[in-house]
Amino acid sequence: MKKVFGRPKSLTKDPFTYCPGCHHGIAHRLVAEVLDEFGIREKTIGISPVGCAVFTYAFFDCDMICAAHGRAPSVATGMKRSKPDSIVFTYQGDGDLAAIGMGEIVHTANRGESITVIFINNAIYGMTGGQMAPTTLVGQVTQTSPYGRDPKTMGYPIKVAEMLSTLKGVAYISRVALSKPAYVLKAKKAIRKAFQSQIEGKGFSLVEILSTCPTNWGLSPIEASKWLEENMIPYYPLGEFKTPEEVS
Amino acid sequence: MAKIVVDEERCKGCELCIPACPKHIMVMSKKFNKKGYYPAKQVKPEECTGCAFCAMVCPDIAIEVFK
Ligand SMILES: Cc1ncc(C[n+]2csc(CCOP(=O)(O)OP(=O)(O)O)c2C)c(N)n1
Ligand code: SF4
Ligand code: SF4
Ligand code: SF4
Repeated sequence: MKKVFGRPKSLTKDPFTYCPGCHHGIAHRLVAEVLDEFGIREKTIGISPVGCAVFTYAFFDCDMICAAHGRAPSVATGMKRSKPDSIVFTYQGDGDLAAIGMGEIVHTANRGESITVIFINNAIYGMTGGQMAPTTLVGQVTQTSPYGRDPKTMGYPIKVAEMLSTLKGVAYISRVALSKPAYVLKAKKAIRKAFQSQIEGKGFSLVEILSTCPTNWGLSPIEASKWLEENMIPYYPLGEFKTPEEVS
Repeated sequence: MAKIVVDEERCKGCELCIPACPKHIMVMSKKFNKKGYYPAKQVKPEECTGCAFCAMVCPDIAIEVFK
């Protein structure tokens, strides 16, 4: 018998520090598999965020830099420009990318920097204990929206994939989920296309991954996956928002 | 012929692999691991098709699949 599924080489042996059932681990595995399949681990530089995924520097077995909160796209820009032959990706949560780092991501995308962004949208700040994120759904209860998010005072949840796909410098943007095997397979394809866009020098690429935070949503992992499918997917539709013809 | 191996010490007992298995042969153990989680295990190994659905949704890469 041959091993047909196991740990990708682009991950270290360290066990993930995430809570049981948190989708961050699935996202890590998919990115690592893509690095393995393209054979680019040796020339890849990852930028880890501030948030639960801060420890990605210990999990990905490639060069890693840890950026200040929200600044990963700017660090990635510097890295890619000074080493244009490298493959550069950022891995960022929705607090990191869509709140404190919204300026960085918009301008990095607009400049068409040839980097790949893995954007984890779990509709909450995970690491700091469950505060409202720009992506928190209307009516969703968090530590800082105890009566539910009220758009009158808190605005509406931001659709990052749609918003950034209006920018000319962007080559590839899609939104995926990880709550069931069929979605995981599609997510892998999207991450491949994003890295392929970068390898072919097409410009900026981003995959928004709808992800669970069972701990701060106050749900079991199975309930959290169901909540994501029933509440997040209707508001954040899955699919591709921008593709360069050659990778579609 | 297919089989899976669950790394009991990596498993965090999240149960996501249970509904993912189309053959309904993943269950939770009654004995806990060193971290205090009840790991997943397979029953009726002869029914496993090696589809790897259980492994695909495992956030801790605790399942290996052989075919
Ligand atoms: C400059 C700065 N401001 C605030 C913080 C506190 N902080 C740490 S993580 C975080 C948000 C994390 O949420 P998210 O990016 O959604 O990632 P998750 O933990 O959900 O994966 C914040 C506000 C910080 N570390 N640095
Ligand atoms: S707090 Fe939420 S996002 Fe962070 S590891 Fe736990 S479940 Fe995942
Ligand atoms: S490989 Fe498929 S059939 Fe076998 S235990 Fe996993 S999900 Fe079930
Ligand atoms: S999905 Fe993985 S971590 Fe969760 S119970 Fe199954 S084997 Fe354990």
